[in-house]
Amino acid sequence: MRKAVIIGAGMTPVGEHWKLSLRDLAVEALLKAMEDAGVDKVDSLYVGNMVSGPFVEQENLGALIADWAGLGNIPAVKIEAACASGGAAVQEGVKAVLSGLEDVVAVVGVEKMTDAWPSDATRYLAYAADAEWELFHGASFVALNALIMRHYMKTYGYTEEDLALFAVNAHANGAKNPYAMFKRPIKVETVLKSPYIADPLKLFDASPVCDGAAAVIITTPEKAEELGVPKEKWVEVAGMARAIDTINLANREDLLTLKAAKIAAEKAYKMAGVEPKDIDFFEVHDAFTVMAALSLEALGVAKKGEGAKLAREGQIAIDADYPIQTMGGLKARGHPVGATGVYQTVEAVLQLRGEAPNQVPDAEVGLTQNIGGTGSNITVSIFRRV
Amino acid sequence: MARPMQVSRYWRHFREKYRLIGGKCENGHVFFPYRQVCPVCGSKNVEEYEFSGKGKVLTWTIVRNPPSGFEYYKPYPLALVQLEEGPVVLAQLTDVDPEEIHEGMEVEVVTRKVREFEEDGIILYGYKFRPVLR
Repeated sequence: MRKAVIIGAGMTPVGEHWKLSLRDLAVEALLKAMEDAGVDKVDSLYVGNMVSGPFVEQENLGALIADWAGLGNIPAVKIEAACASGGAAVQEGVKAVLSGLEDVVAVVGVEKMTDAWPSDATRYLAYAADAEWELFHGASFVALNALIMRHYMKTYGYTEEDLALFAVNAHANGAKNPYAMFKRPIKVETVLKSPYIADPLKLFDASPVCDGAAAVIITTPEKAEELGVPKEKWVEVAGMARAIDTINLANREDLLTLKAAKIAAEKAYKMAGVEPKDIDFFEVHDAFTVMAALSLEALGVAKKGEGAKLAREGQIAIDADYPIQTMGGLKARGHPVGATGVYQTVEAVLQLRGEAPNQVPDAEVGLTQNIGGTGSNITVSIFRRV
Repeated sequence: MARPMQVSRYWRHFREKYRLIGGKCENGHVFFPYRQVCPVCGSKNVEEYEFSGKGKVLTWTIVRNPPSGFEYYKPYPLALVQLEEGPVVLAQLTDVDPEEIHEGMEVEVVTRKVREFEEDGIILYGYKFRPVLR
């Protein structure tokens, strides 16, 4: 079977980009990634994006971005899997390379969220939920996660303070990432004093509405050599998988198990031939603090009900056993929804090349996990230093 | 906020939203809302099943920053209610002081206005749950 390596990565800072449009952001990230790889053309483009239609009245992003980036008449499509769109787009790009149909593939994840009014943004994000049975009743995405958060705390006896530790860790790491939206460390009190958006979920338990784009270039080792890309730049895509769960939270078998993540992780570990203990860092989907805890459990890093314990025991920091959110995660780097999975990939690439601003010492294997919906569509990817 | 495209989008769910009718498969699995394939066993032999409307609050929240179209109602309580027949339903709680809401609270279904669309728009009704009247 062919192998896939990432040879180029680029991103824009995450933030409120009043002066830049969706296409500006995507083109900037894409050109940076191509420059990083040293390529001036690609065989195809995959765009990770969740809700460009409602947010900026633009679909057909494949054509838009390939056109504006000057990529010629290549095949280009948008990949949508709610907030996991970016992770899914990377995996579709890798699949295209592994299949042998395409040799050099570009993937860009982009989302432009700040052009909408906040309550409309809240509505558009809830499109990832079940329109008839969740949004109909006035459920926001935050509210659905708050239902999970309260149940998690109640079931396992955690406090709001326990979960706040995930936000504190993310901000501590994000403070060193020049591309992060929030470059300021915070304290547990900062989280606890922030206003409730949907009790018990507070403003600082949640990732921000923001804009951003990230991109990677994927090819085979043979082609990378032919293109003259130095080996230090290669990062192997060692394992990947994804799975879905019920779209409607009410229909879940178990509210507190990210079953889709569990299934995807088991497959990805098997494909990469590694176990959770072999992973040097985890970029998990902490759109809400409780999701970081549930993710650690689904990925096999913590036992069921003990995800938040890892934060309490200080095991998630850069210099601990299971570093997570090394560049700030969704919470501090920011969560431009459809771009997030690609940001995670770019961050994994930088860590494995030893170029991260918040470097995990001797990182060889990294994992990214990208959640769409309230756990309904999840991607897990494992990357290895070549 | 834009008006709904078609009234039909809402009336096609009257049975579920007004009477809490879901499905029951040939193997006795009950689920809500109704669907063609049983989510438990995959059976396609499914008939309609009306739930009693009695249940307990499994978990709940107070929505303070609602999606557009619901601003007028904020803050409002939203809960996952476990019906006595087993399935879980997401709905707003009504006729209740937020301070009184707790996990395990016994509730029953009622029909209430869920949302309205501007002056000349339609009004949506549906199920909500209130504490059981004794």
